[in-house]
Amino acid sequence: MNVDRRLIALAKPHKVPFIASLVSGTLAALTLVGQAALLSRVIDGAFLGKQTLADLSPLIWLFALASLLRMLFSWFAHYQSKKGAILVKQELFGRLTEGTGSLGPQFVRSLQSGSLSATLTKGIEALDAYFSQYLPQLWFALAVPLIILAAVVAADPLSALILLLSAPLIPIFMVLIGKSAGNMTDRQWKTMSRMSGYFLDRLQGLTTLKLFARSGEQRQGIEDAGESFRNATMRVLKIAFLSSLTLELTGTLGTAIIAVGVGIRLLSDHIAFMPTLFVLLLTPDFYLPLRQLGTKFHAGKEGVSASKDIFALLDAAADVPSAASNELPEHMLHEHAILFDNVSYTYPGAAVPAIAGITCSFPPGKTTAITGPSGSGKSTLVGLLLRFMEPEKGSITIDGEAITRIPANALLRHIAWVPQHPFLFNASIRENLQLAKDTATDVELHNALSHAGLDTLLQSMPEGLDTIIGEQGTRLSGGEAQRLALARAILKNAPVLVLDEPTSNTDPLLEQSLRTTMQNLMAGKTVIIIAHRQETIRSADSIIVLRDGSIAQWGAHNELMAAGGYYSTVRQDAPEASV
Amino acid sequence: MKTFLRLVGLVRPFFWWMLLAAIAGFAATGSGIGLLMTSAYIIAKAALQPPMSAIQLGIVGVRFFGIARGALRYAERLISHDATFRILARLRLWFYDALEPLAPARLHAFRSGDLLQRIVDDIQSLENIYARVLGPPITALMTSILIWLLIGVWSAEAALVTFLFHLAAGIGLPIFTARLGRGLGTRISRLRTRQQIQTIDFTQGLGELKVYGQLDRYLADMQADETEILKLQKKNAWIEGMQESLTGICMNSAVIGVLFILLPDIPSGQFSGITLSVIMLAVMASFEAFAPLPAAAGHLETDIRAGERLFEIIDEKPEVVCPTKPLNFPDNHDIRLQNLSFSYPGSREKTLDSVTIDLQKGRHTAIVGPSGAGKSTITSLLMRFWNTDPGTLTIGDTDISLFDPEELRRNMSLVSQRTYLFGETVRENLLLAKPDASDTELAEALQAAGIGHFTSRLEDWAGQHGMQLSGGERQRIAIARMILQNGPIVILDEATASLDMPTDRAITKTIDALTEEKTLLTITHRLHGMERFDAIYVLDKGKVVEKGTHAELMLRKGLYKAMWDLQHENVPTV
Repeated sequence: MNVDRRLIALAKPHKVPFIASLVSGTLAALTLVGQAALLSRVIDGAFLGKQTLADLSPLIWLFALASLLRMLFSWFAHYQSKKGAILVKQELFGRLTEGTGSLGPQFVRSLQSGSLSATLTKGIEALDAYFSQYLPQLWFALAVPLIILAAVVAADPLSALILLLSAPLIPIFMVLIGKSAGNMTDRQWKTMSRMSGYFLDRLQGLTTLKLFARSGEQRQGIEDAGESFRNATMRVLKIAFLSSLTLELTGTLGTAIIAVGVGIRLLSDHIAFMPTLFVLLLTPDFYLPLRQLGTKFHAGKEGVSASKDIFALLDAAADVPSAASNELPEHMLHEHAILFDNVSYTYPGAAVPAIAGITCSFPPGKTTAITGPSGSGKSTLVGLLLRFMEPEKGSITIDGEAITRIPANALLRHIAWVPQHPFLFNASIRENLQLAKDTATDVELHNALSHAGLDTLLQSMPEGLDTIIGEQGTRLSGGEAQRLALARAILKNAPVLVLDEPTSNTDPLLEQSLRTTMQNLMAGKTVIIIAHRQETIRSADSIIVLRDGSIAQWGAHNELMAAGGYYSTVRQDAPEASV
Repeated sequence: MKTFLRLVGLVRPFFWWMLLAAIAGFAATGSGIGLLMTSAYIIAKAALQPPMSAIQLGIVGVRFFGIARGALRYAERLISHDATFRILARLRLWFYDALEPLAPARLHAFRSGDLLQRIVDDIQSLENIYARVLGPPITALMTSILIWLLIGVWSAEAALVTFLFHLAAGIGLPIFTARLGRGLGTRISRLRTRQQIQTIDFTQGLGELKVYGQLDRYLADMQADETEILKLQKKNAWIEGMQESLTGICMNSAVIGVLFILLPDIPSGQFSGITLSVIMLAVMASFEAFAPLPAAAGHLETDIRAGERLFEIIDEKPEVVCPTKPLNFPDNHDIRLQNLSFSYPGSREKTLDSVTIDLQKGRHTAIVGPSGAGKSTITSLLMRFWNTDPGTLTIGDTDISLFDPEELRRNMSLVSQRTYLFGETVRENLLLAKPDASDTELAEALQAAGIGHFTSRLEDWAGQHGMQLSGGERQRIAIARMILQNGPIVILDEATASLDMPTDRAITKTIDALTEEKTLLTITHRLHGMERFDAIYVLDKGKVVEKGTHAELMLRKGLYKAMWDLQHENVPTV
């Protein structure tokens, strides 16, 4: 059975609603027995006792009361189990989002696009059935048949024996069939998501298909994929549904055997009519919870399949060491260099380290350029400083204190960052800027935007600072996005500035005006810049040349030119770069 | 209602399948009723102690119904699942067919795959429209008629009372709870859409959130939204629980009602106790068919919302339609843009403003300019993703709109800045450009694109969106595709921007050699080796501001010269 210990552990902190649900559901089963007793008494009274309606009506009203109570109990039970599941989902959502936050952007990038947001939304939702239906049903499948069995024993022990003998058949079949069905559900879940992935892939690539004038042909592909999926699934289901067939048959044939059994004993006057009717009324309800366990098992199984991603994420997040609560006063960054000592990092799943044995320093108040071909580890180095991931070997220190011992927030408070592809949130320009300084006034925002060369853009925006940008709003070009990130950095005004130089923004006039802004922004700060442009590289106080994850050269422009090697060859590669 | 009818129209081809499933479902429910009725008949009859033969028929009946119920339920499940998968496959095809003419102009809003994912989920959830919305009412209706006939034989009043409670459970209750929960599904789904966007922002903007110390606040926001959704779900659970209970109340009320009608006639012998027992069990068993109805009303609301979202996309008019009598693609591959202007829908700004550009066969032309100058819009217009208006765009002196767009695209080889690779093998991604290409051809194309080593990796999976390959590798696959396609017109839209200089230079050289006789348009912001172009157009803010050869433009000391200087460091220090 799929009683996954870890899933149950998730429900432990929210015991109360689950217990309330179980108690209330059990009470509903007790009233059900009462109803059956009353109804059989009424029919018997009318049929054989020749009692009048007046004689029987108190019993009928009692029956009405019992049915009302039963409905209230089962309503409450349903609500409470759902409430428990909701509490579990709520806690899980919190833990998962926080876990993702502590794992950082590099981790997110290492996952298949969209799979993380699917886990956060659909994955958690898939657990609902497990907690609100499957878990409570485990109890009801045991308790309700036992209660009914006890009632039947009192009325007709022989029928009780038949029930008792037939009942274990259900769990035995379930285990036998459930095991293979479990594997099938797993496989099913996988083909299902592969199918929908295939379809999504076609839709996303529709433009490409049109470019090659192949969009019409893909229709056939989608049709074939759907058809083969249907055939494969139906083959699986033919077997999977056998389990419900056996459950159904056990129930119906059990009822039939009992009816015939008591009928024959009635003929020979071994038993009275009332208890037989009572038993007959209860028999379907004896099998019902067991049968429901079968369907809810399948619903729960889907949650178990989804939970694998959830636990993988929780486990990964648990590995992130929590930092001590050391503070980092700002003056430290003005006075001390940031030191990398023999730092290595390998991306999860990668065969070779992205950077290995990096030892370098970023002195305070100086500009250090990092350069090198793409894939040489520039972004990894910066990512480690920004605490997007932790070094695998070696340490990054400020005045002898490892930055891993400082909470990420305390460190990042002092760092401004302008990435190559800044992310713009689906929010107003104001909100996108206030990310950097939530107390910033409109005047400050306008100033920052104008320094970043965005004032004309702002004027063209219909709603000014309140214009929504990002995916769903007005889209900004890559260059504009980067200037917005620059405005964020201006607002933040932190002692350390990490920049990824733009490669594709070539509006010369704008470039000129931004140069001044950049120089003002960089003045007196510790600047680490991933540089692509010769001008930037040359004007840095020191240059780190990365190749294949290690430092190929390190020094000032003149030193590197004199030393020859990679740096000088690349320099010569740049055409007509005469000064 | 309109949306609902359109949705029903979509699944109409499966009418017979659905009817078959409904009949099987009804027969299974009917067998359940039969089983309990015959069981009651056996014991009630036996209580009067007749000879054994009197209950023989009942014994046969319980066996028959017992087995039939299991078998019919099994059949119903298989048929309805089969119908479900058929519906899903059809919905996907339908959506693809409807979307295909709209791409890419009308898909502007779906750049992110995650939003498109939501559409895919909508389609997926509509697959259940039969099993959850259309099937249950049909089964319930048939069951109600059956009971009406069965009970009506003995007592018209009892049949009427049962029927009234069937109505209450089958129509009143769904309407009542749907009213109680009205808008709940819509609100949840609206919040879910917001959550989807929020999650994309969260996962993709995580770096920004961390660096700006806003992570905790954002997490709190997200959790507050999730809590809001869960609160609505809780309300929903409350209503769901009530539905179940009220269906039960309807059943018990029917039982009580029938008792009150029949009991007075029993002591007098007007009405047999056997019949009473049989009827009681029939009434109780019949409500099984009504249990799923209130939930069906809820699913209906969700399905209609999903349908509305899909129709909203589908109902857009395609930007470009194939002319009824398309002209043959000409042998003259000169392209001419004359006074061409273009604005994207919803934008007042002119992306292109009266642009005139000549691209001649056998000549290599470049369009350069700062980002946002409108360079890539020219590509989109050439590929017929948008209509041109006003101004003219001709190929071989024929207006571009007179060709079949497919035919046109087959003759144009485009390599753009971003390359989409499908989650298939490298080979399949290449064959897109030329389905019948031989291994030798593939190898040659890869070689020319500077990734000859991929020849041995043809069967490798490119990964989701080609993510198993690096950006540079993906770009070179695109160049290999272009070489395979071998169209007479070649457009390179920042094709080599993501490659490092030496690779860029090598590949450019190969392409130049391959396209000597062709019409080649290069769109770039990287100004190097510009001497190789026969003509260069400089685009700024949608206008052609300069044109000429490299040497001419350098003499002019305008935007081109400024861009060149900037890229080659001849900048006066500020």
